[in-house]
Amino acid sequence: MQKIWVAPMRKAYADLHLCPNLRDLEKTSQMISEASRLGYRLIGVTFPPNFADEEIQRLRNVSREAKIDLASRVDLKPRTPSELIHNLRKLRRRFEIIAVLCESKSVARQAAKDRRIDLLNFPSLDFRKRFFDKAEAELASNSLASLEIDMKPLLTLEGPARIKLLSNLRREKEIAQSFHVPIVISSGISDKALMRKPKELAALASLFDLDESSALEAVSKNPLTIVKRNREKLSSKFVAPGIRIIRRGKDCE
Amino acid sequence: MNKVRRRYLALEIKAAKMTDSKEFINTVWSAILKLYGEYGASRTGLTLINYDIAKRFAVIRTLHSAVEMIRTALASVTRIGDEPAAVHIVAVSGTLKGLYEKTKQYC
Repeated sequence: MQKIWVAPMRKAYADLHLCPNLRDLEKTSQMISEASRLGYRLIGVTFPPNFADEEIQRLRNVSREAKIDLASRVDLKPRTPSELIHNLRKLRRRFEIIAVLCESKSVARQAAKDRRIDLLNFPSLDFRKRFFDKAEAELASNSLASLEIDMKPLLTLEGPARIKLLSNLRREKEIAQSFHVPIVISSGISDKALMRKPKELAALASLFDLDESSALEAVSKNPLTIVKRNREKLSSKFVAPGIRIIRRGKDCE
Repeated sequence: MNKVRRRYLALEIKAAKMTDSKEFINTVWSAILKLYGEYGASRTGLTLINYDIAKRFAVIRTLHSAVEMIRTALASVTRIGDEPAAVHIVAVSGTLKGLYEKTKQYC
């Protein structure tokens, strides 16, 4: 009997943190095309909270032409937990990804336990503000938040600053894995020259001892799950988790 | 003695201005040294096989066990000489013939 060779299914990769200069449409389009060329299937572009929906739609059309999926993302930098809750009420239904840059412990704790938040991000340069400890991880493990690690600082920092960052990331990775908090690896870049292939981002994660399969999940399965879940929730057919409208019509009455 | 297993890596160089091969390989060595030190670098068996300025394409050879180290080091390259640059791995193969098959568009 003739054997049929089936090509292995290619992994879909995602980078949820691109920060292009949205005023320069040409450069933004170039970044989107480059992401497609490098092998990403989905990118998350950071928009300001007050960005017009028409502009987002225009970028979606650009990405469609480049054969890449675009997810809208907003980065919140609240100073207090109540400011975070207020922002979430306003923005959760407008954006597909919500990330919180935790600059204080109280905000970090609130963000970790709120199920509307997708990504927890911590300042890379101020090591005293990296609040991802066991308590934070426990709260995050009971909600839907993932730990986002940006690779940009690993590319731009050198010497003692990079060493300190790597040692912090190693500790945070250990905590995240022991509490089953998903890790998402993103680029966090605004410059096309710093864009890297998904496998290269995963390889950089080996510097803080993330094993190869977990690193590949952090640039493929974990970010894609977040976007899929949120798109389902934002769709008009969504009623509640596990319940969605299949059909509307007379026979349903 | 076990046979040495090697891998050939095809690289795409993205830089505004291309430099000579010596500067390129020095940049790669210095990235490896920064991340893994002299001990780690000694375990890579890195050699430059081919460097084509016009096609912005290079081929390096490394030990099979050091491919991931090289991938990480190449990803960390942000400048070659004074120019901003990025180096992407296009293909990996066990033989040069196989590598050139995979990268026909560059050759």
